[in-house]
Amino acid sequence: MKKEKLIEAQRPTKPYVAETPWLDPEAKPFIQIKGLSKQFDDFSAVDNVDLDIHKGELFTILGGSGCGKSTLLRMLAGFETPSAGQIMIDGVDMAGIPAYDRPVNMMFQSYAVFPHMTVEQNISYGLKKDRLGKTEIATRVNDMLDLVQLSELAKRKPHQLSGGQRQRVALARALIKQPKVLLLDEPLAALDKKLREQTQFELMNLQYELGITFVVVTHDQEEAMTLSTRVAVMDAGKLVQIGTPTQVYESPCNRFVADFFGNINFFNATVLSIHPETKTLTAQLEKTGTQLEAKTEGDFSASDEVTIAVRPEKISVSQERPEGDHLTITKGTVEDLAYYGNRSIYRVRSQSGRIIQVSAQNNQRSEQLVLEWDDEVYLSWDSSCNVVLSE
Amino acid sequence: MSDSKPVVTKAYHQPLGDKLWRHFVIGVPYFWLLLFFLAPFSIVLKISFATPIVAQPPFTQLFDFTGNASQWLLATWDNYQFLTEDNLYWVSYFKSIKIAAVSTFICLLVGYPMAYGIARATPTTRNILLMLVILPFWTSFLLRVYAWMGLLGKHGIVNSLLMNIGLIDSPMQMLYTDMAVYLGIVYTYIPFMILPLYATLEKMDTSLHDAAADLGAKPWQTFIDVTLPLSMPGIIAGSLLVFIPAIGEYVIPALLGGIDSLMIGRTLYDEFFVNRDWPLASAVATILLIIVVIPIMLFQRSQQEQE
Repeated sequence: MKKEKLIEAQRPTKPYVAETPWLDPEAKPFIQIKGLSKQFDDFSAVDNVDLDIHKGELFTILGGSGCGKSTLLRMLAGFETPSAGQIMIDGVDMAGIPAYDRPVNMMFQSYAVFPHMTVEQNISYGLKKDRLGKTEIATRVNDMLDLVQLSELAKRKPHQLSGGQRQRVALARALIKQPKVLLLDEPLAALDKKLREQTQFELMNLQYELGITFVVVTHDQEEAMTLSTRVAVMDAGKLVQIGTPTQVYESPCNRFVADFFGNINFFNATVLSIHPETKTLTAQLEKTGTQLEAKTEGDFSASDEVTIAVRPEKISVSQERPEGDHLTITKGTVEDLAYYGNRSIYRVRSQSGRIIQVSAQNNQRSEQLVLEWDDEVYLSWDSSCNVVLSE
Repeated sequence: MSDSKPVVTKAYHQPLGDKLWRHFVIGVPYFWLLLFFLAPFSIVLKISFATPIVAQPPFTQLFDFTGNASQWLLATWDNYQFLTEDNLYWVSYFKSIKIAAVSTFICLLVGYPMAYGIARATPTTRNILLMLVILPFWTSFLLRVYAWMGLLGKHGIVNSLLMNIGLIDSPMQMLYTDMAVYLGIVYTYIPFMILPLYATLEKMDTSLHDAAADLGAKPWQTFIDVTLPLSMPGIIAGSLLVFIPAIGEYVIPALLGGIDSLMIGRTLYDEFFVNRDWPLASAVATILLIIVVIPIMLFQRSQQEQE
C-alpha cells in the first residue's frame, strides 16, 4: 500500500508515457549535451560528444573500460569540469553549478555508502543537507525504506549488510532527493548473476513508476540491452552509435559496435551490383565466391570492399541443402560444438577455412546430439540478416 | 587464492608443529614485553614502596625476614602520601598534562591539513612530501633542540631578523618561556601526528566525498560529516603518539623552558639524580604511568563498545 502511495506522490502531474520521444523532432530533450570534451593532460577522455536524452528515458551509455563513459557521467554529476562544450539539464546550463547544487543524484559503482552511518542516516543525509523539517524527513525516509524493502534494517550499519542490500541503500539515498536525473555508474556490476537479473527488473520497474530520467553507464552489453530505452555506444571518447537496443544489435553501424554487442561473424566481400530502388546490393564473398544479397541504407558502389556481418543465431545448420528464396548458403564442417541445454554453439569451418559461429536453439527433444564433430553441414540464413558494413 | 590450498593441507597434516609454531610466534613479543616492560616496571613499583636510605642502593628492601612474621613486609605508602601533600608534584603533573594536551591539539591543527595535502597529492609529490616529514629524524634530536636555542635566543636569528626589519626595538624574550616549550614539542612530535593521519586519509574512498557532494553537502559539510569522522582512528592514534611522550618530556622543557615550566619529567629527574630519593621518584613515575594508561584504556573500551 505504502509503496503505491509514494509512487503516486512522486509521479509527475502528467502521467509519464513511455513512448519514443526521440523520434519526435518537436520534442525538447531533457538533457542536452553539446560538443562536450574532457582533456586530461594530453589524453582526451571525452571527445566532442553530442547527445540528447529525453525525459523519462532509461538511457544507457555503453563502452569498454577507458572509453570515457564514466568521465561523461561524472561531468553530468558535476565532479569533473568539461574542457569544452555544454550540458543543459531541463533547460538550465550546468556550467559553474557545483555538484551539490545540481538536480541530479548518482548511484556510485562502489555504492559509496557512508560506512559510519546507519542505513537510515545514509538515506536521510541528502534531505538533511536540504534543511527539510524533521517530520518530513522522517516520513520520506520511512516511505523510501518501504520502497526498497529495508525497513527492518534501518538501524544497521553498512558493514552488517549484504552487497545487494548496500546497493539498495545507495539507490534509496539517491532517489529520496527526487532528482530530475538519476545517474547510475555500473549499477549491477558488483552483484552476482541471480541478484543481477532480479535487480535489473526492479530498477526498470522503479524507473517506469517514478518517471525519473535514468542515465546508466555500463560495460555489460546484456545489461544495456535489457534495461534501456536507448543505448549510446562509446569508444575512445567518442559516441559511435545511438539507438534502441534492437537498432544497435540488429543494425550496428560499424565493426566495433557489431563486435561489442554479442557475437557476430564477419565476412569480407566485394560489391557486385547495387539496386537503388530496393536498397539492396549483391556482393560476392572473398575466397568462396558465394553470392549474397543484402539490404543497406549505406552509400556503396560496385567493386567496393565491404564487410558482411551475420549474427550466429540467424544461421541455420542442416545436413541437407536447404531450399528457399533469398537464402545465403555456404558449406562447412563442424569443428567444435558446445551443448548448453537450451541451445548449442557450433564452430563450423567453411570451405574458405574461416570459422563461422552458429548458435542454434535445441527445439527438438533428443538425447543424442543432432550434429557431431566433423559432420559436413550446410549453413544458411535469410538475406535480410546480412548487415553491410563499410570497413 | 590459488596458493592458499596447499597451506591448508600442510597445516592439516602437521597439527602439532603448527600449534607449537603459533605459540612461538605469539610468545616472542609477549616475552619481550615481559622482559623489557613488566620486569623493569615491577622494580620501579617495588622501589616506590620503599624508604630512602643513604646506602647503595639508596632504598630499603621490601622484605626483612629477620623479625617475626607480621613485620616481614616493610612496604610503605609514605611516598605516595608525600606526593599529595607537596604542591610541587600537583603543579608539575598538571603543567605536564596541560602542555602535552595543548601541544597535541596544535599538532592536530597543523598536522591535519598537511596530512590531507600529502594524501591528495600525486604519487610522486606524495613521496617527496613524506620524505620531508621524516627528514628531521635523520639529525639528532638533541642537536635540533639546540638549534632552536640558537634561533630563539636573545641574540638569536629570529630576534636579529625582527630587529633588522625594525619590527621590534629590543630583543624579545622567547627562549626559556612556555611558548618555546610548545614550539619545541610541536616541532619534534608533529611527524607522529602526520603519519597516522596520512595513513587513514590516504586509504579513504574518495567516492564518499563525491557522494556527499552529490547529496548536497558543501565542501566544508563534506569535511565535517564524512572526512572528519572517518579519519577518527588516525586522529586518535596520532594524538596518543604525541600526547604520551610529550607528557613525560624532559629534554625540551629542560633546554627551552624557563624555570617555572616545571614538567613532571624534570621533577622526576631532580628526584632521582639531585635528591637521590629513588622511592619518591619511583612513586612519581608510577603515577605518571597511570595518568598515561587511563586515557588509553578508556579509548580502547569505547572502541570495543563501538564494534
